[in-house]
Amino acid sequence: MEREGGGRDFKRSVLPHLDAAYNLARWLMRAPTDAEDVVQEAVVRALTYFAGFRGDNARGWFLQIVRNTAYASMKLDRDPRVIPLASAASDDTGAVAPELVDPADDPERAMLKARAHESLDRLLAALPLELREAIVLRELQELSYREIAQIIQAPVGTVMSRLWRARQLLAEAAQREAVP
Amino acid sequence: MTRSHDPGECEMTLLVQADFDGELDAAQAAALAAHRAECSICRATSESLERVRHALREQATYHRAPSALRARLVARAGPLRPASIWVSGWRRGAVSFVAGGAIAAAVMLAVVPRGTPGLADQVLAGHLRALEPGHLEDVPSTDQHTVKPWFDGKLDFAPPVKNLGAVGFPLLGGRLDYLGGRRVAAIVYGRAKHVIDLYAWPESGPDRAPADMARQGYNIVHWRTNGMALWAVSDVEQGELDAFARDWQAAP
Repeated sequence: MEREGGGRDFKRSVLPHLDAAYNLARWLMRAPTDAEDVVQEAVVRALTYFAGFRGDNARGWFLQIVRNTAYASMKLDRDPRVIPLASAASDDTGAVAPELVDPADDPERAMLKARAHESLDRLLAALPLELREAIVLRELQELSYREIAQIIQAPVGTVMSRLWRARQLLAEAAQREAVP
Repeated sequence: MTRSHDPGECEMTLLVQADFDGELDAAQAAALAAHRAECSICRATSESLERVRHALREQATYHRAPSALRARLVARAGPLRPASIWVSGWRRGAVSFVAGGAIAAAVMLAVVPRGTPGLADQVLAGHLRALEPGHLEDVPSTDQHTVKPWFDGKLDFAPPVKNLGAVGFPLLGGRLDYLGGRRVAAIVYGRAKHVIDLYAWPESGPDRAPADMARQGYNIVHWRTNGMALWAVSDVEQGELDAFARDWQAAP
């Protein structure tokens, strides 16, 4: 049946990117329940529009929907909120995941590792939204400039300058905090 | 880290970054390598980029989709896609609910024009409606002692809430639904990445052994025990749903 074929195509081409979708939503929204809501809503939208999708990059297409859904959810369509790095860093600690300890590590190493994770996660969460999405897509999702440009609907040059600013802020903040 | 990686300090900075990100072709990369050999600012920039990348990839959390979310979404993207998209419009109110139900029922009857009409279609429609975001459980809980009391005062009967986690059907929660002209209990179970809805309401008559039905790729098992009608619906294999019915009956 044609419709079932559509369902299977969606499963095969879009659902493999659920982790990427959730990771992006989670870093944009910074709270797990908000991220889940965004991903669910994005899947509903993707299912609705999948019949009209003709491209060959389903991941980019789906992540763009996730990103737009997240922005709509934040009601930030054209005015991304900018959070000063220093002030946001101090009150954002609750938003990052605590489940970071690899039980295989010995306790002391595990604690150091957990602290490093926490610190990096906190710095990343404190980046301004438009820098955060660029660096998450590049370094955690390992996407190309072109793919990132598609997802954030901006020119490649904008991607490059946002990545640069994100990396600069992270390098400076990490130096301030003396992350090992 | 020094501030030597400020982009104003060498005009090649964004090219260094592009090279670092693997975005330059061979000729550009070679030209940049020649420049970098001469430029200490660009060498420092490369090192700084490498440190940030290393820290991010080693230490920043990659958040994988939680398994419960994945299960719901995989179930949503099941074979009945177009019908369940229509279902999304039903949530607004009773009028649109009835209209949507009529359309979905007409489609289902056209495709599978046999079996018990009516109730099975309503059970499936309820299941699909529940797979809408946020509609699966009104009370998400894996604890039957939370789910069972939640129904108190919302129904004129006490639904049988059993925890089948030990046999691979973990309780996910419960919700109210409206089937066959009455309020019913929907008890939600998981099976690997699938969702099983178990509908329950009082029904007079002798106990009846589980009977299988299929609707558009979804399986349904219904039985009656102790004056309670029970309808399980899911996209799990028929054999697994039969096992669910057996395990449910065997559970205390």
